[in-house]
Amino acid sequence: MNLLQQDVPLTYYLLLSAVLFSLGVIGFLIKRSLITVFMSIELMLNAVNLSFVTFACQWHAIKGQIFVFFVMMVAAAEAAVGLAIVIAIFRTRGTLSVDRINLMKL
Amino acid sequence: MNESLHLWLVPLLPFAGFLLNGILGARLPRRLVTFIGVVFPLASLLVVLNAAFATLITAAHTCEKCGPAAASVSFPYVEKFARPWLGPNWISLGALQVDFSLYLDQLSLLMLLVVTGVGFLIHIYSIGYMAGEDGYARYFSYLNLFLFFMTVLVLAGNVLLMFVGWEGVGLASYLLIGFYFTRKSAADAGKKAFIVNRIGDFGFLIGIFLLLASFGTLTFTEIAARYAGFPGINLVVLNGALSLAPAHALPSAALTTAICLCLLLGAAGKSAQLPLYVWLPDAMEGPTPVSALIHAATMVTAGVYMIARMHVLFDHSPIALNVVAIVGAATALFAATMGLAQTDIKRVLAYSTISQLGYMFLACGVAAYSAGIFHLMTHAFFKALLFLAAGSVIHAMGGEQDLRKMGGLRKEIPITFWTMTAAVFAIAGFPPLAAFFSKDAILYAAYIHGGSGKVFWFVGLVTALLTSLYMFRLWYMAFFGEPRSHDAHPHESPWSMLIPLVILAVLSICGGWIGLGDGLGRFGAFLAPSTGKLPQAATGSGGVTEIILTIVAVLVAIEGLLIADKYYRRQPERPAQIAAAYPGVYKVLVNKYYVDEFYNTAIVRPLLAISKFFLGWVVDGAILGGIAWLLGGIANLSGAILQRWQSGNLRSYAAWLAAGAAALLLFSLVELAGGWPASMHLISHVAGH
Repeated sequence: MNLLQQDVPLTYYLLLSAVLFSLGVIGFLIKRSLITVFMSIELMLNAVNLSFVTFACQWHAIKGQIFVFFVMMVAAAEAAVGLAIVIAIFRTRGTLSVDRINLMKL
Repeated sequence: MNESLHLWLVPLLPFAGFLLNGILGARLPRRLVTFIGVVFPLASLLVVLNAAFATLITAAHTCEKCGPAAASVSFPYVEKFARPWLGPNWISLGALQVDFSLYLDQLSLLMLLVVTGVGFLIHIYSIGYMAGEDGYARYFSYLNLFLFFMTVLVLAGNVLLMFVGWEGVGLASYLLIGFYFTRKSAADAGKKAFIVNRIGDFGFLIGIFLLLASFGTLTFTEIAARYAGFPGINLVVLNGALSLAPAHALPSAALTTAICLCLLLGAAGKSAQLPLYVWLPDAMEGPTPVSALIHAATMVTAGVYMIARMHVLFDHSPIALNVVAIVGAATALFAATMGLAQTDIKRVLAYSTISQLGYMFLACGVAAYSAGIFHLMTHAFFKALLFLAAGSVIHAMGGEQDLRKMGGLRKEIPITFWTMTAAVFAIAGFPPLAAFFSKDAILYAAYIHGGSGKVFWFVGLVTALLTSLYMFRLWYMAFFGEPRSHDAHPHESPWSMLIPLVILAVLSICGGWIGLGDGLGRFGAFLAPSTGKLPQAATGSGGVTEIILTIVAVLVAIEGLLIADKYYRRQPERPAQIAAAYPGVYKVLVNKYYVDEFYNTAIVRPLLAISKFFLGWVVDGAILGGIAWLLGGIANLSGAILQRWQSGNLRSYAAWLAAGAAALLLFSLVELAGGWPASMHLISHVAGH
């Protein structure tokens, strides 16, 4: 039996998605550690995934589901590259504090 | 019907040579460069000769048998080129229709023969003269480029195409004068030639615009056709069936004069006449064969050719014709006096060229166009020969051009000496050499010309004396007496330089004979259809007058020889004494009447100052610089403001990103709700509950 066909209304899924996304944004903005910032991005991505699935179910469109797979795949690749960068930064600078990594300015 | 003569090959073949040598020349072996450089002008010459035989032999044939020949090519022969993808005409702008046509009549055929013939000989000569030089391929490619443009100029069927060739030969001349561009004087001379010519070309261009405005066409035949029923000074002989234009289709006399004067300015620039002659002596900075080809035999005669080509217009403007004659006579005399005091062998010849061009202008000015063209032809032979022989002398002296350091070369370089002798006697007007006939025809035409004709004749006669004097001065100083410099070891030039000398010497001796007879004989009869007949004396005593004038001219030439003989052979110390006795006159002559200095102070410096102030300071500094500064300032300022966003702080970027996304969301929400007032209402409605 499909989870979405139970009595939980569609709006709840979207609300959950919005809450998760907002948490991700807030985490991104206030956290200092690069790892946590990174995790916040993952959170936002998955919040978006949830909305995709919800709408796909609502409109019986398979495209939404496919997009989710794409996002997961890109997220996996991004995690691999991102964590490699994090390690490289830590090795060269000895810190992962976002406030200290601020060389990209004039 | 006319069979095709393939005239388009005449300019295009040298152009192919220019492209090949210009692009690949530096990488090709020298032999191949020589082959390319010489074979294309030769091919062009062969096409011209084919055209000459096709037209001349047919003419003789029809004359003898009085019937149309099978494959006759008759004058005027026109080749038109249509461009299938752009319409039939070269330029097609409403009323302005200019076709791309080549026009061959007696005049252009003669010019073509001179240009390609003398041009080919000078190419041969250059093989020997330029053998040791750097930029060998560059030299030949420029020379071929010159031939391309010169043949376009000569063959052009309308004024605009002629102007293309006109500008093109100016370019080639500039490139070749500045051939030794590492030498500052050569680069400056090239610039001077180009800029002075620009003044003349400006006049020519205005003349073209006036022609277009008053005739609506630029084609030579169509302009001539307008005058078909209105003979000017000469009875205009026109070719082909032409319709009579009504009188009101012709421009007024004042407008005709204005057109002619504009064209004359152009001709004076190209042909180095007063007051634009100053570039030619400096043009001697180029290699000597270039001086022979461009600055003596062909390019500088383009002005005379142009006037002869447009003679229908000049015939209808007595004022303009008089101006042409005055300019010509004044230039002839003025340049001859300057030639007297020069010590550089090439400069003597340069002033001589200016002086002889003055003769040609004088001939055109008294409406004796065929005499002018005749002198153009003979001058091409003997002046090219003089320059080439001078080049051979310079070659023999190891680059020395100063006459005062030459002397006694007669025995050392006999072939050069004898060919030079032929040329010197020819230019001085000794019978029966070439210039005797042509100069005589001009002087006679001037004499029988009414009004101020006698004055022109007298000026021409004095010039003839001076010509004879400075040419024999050069001859004696270079070839007679004792060697004045012992550094040089004179040696005869290679065969490739001597063969053109010998051929040109033969032409200088025999070239005048085709003009033998009444009204220039066969030459005059041949040219009459395109330039009109020579003016004849009104009274029946023409023959006697002509003989007397001829004797006077010959006596004057001999007088010049005797004076030169006295001062430069028997008493070589006398010229210096005379110079010391009249220091003022001598100084003025040596400094060429201070014309260059005058132009420098009166025109060049004020122009330079104005340019520096107005163009350099106001336009470049204030306007252009100001705009650039303003634009740069705006960019700088906005950058200074915007760079504050680039804090380098990751979280501030993220915050801007989130804020932007939120703003977009809000915006789309507002749009969905239907504009601002409604959404404000919605929001307040939501807030209210």
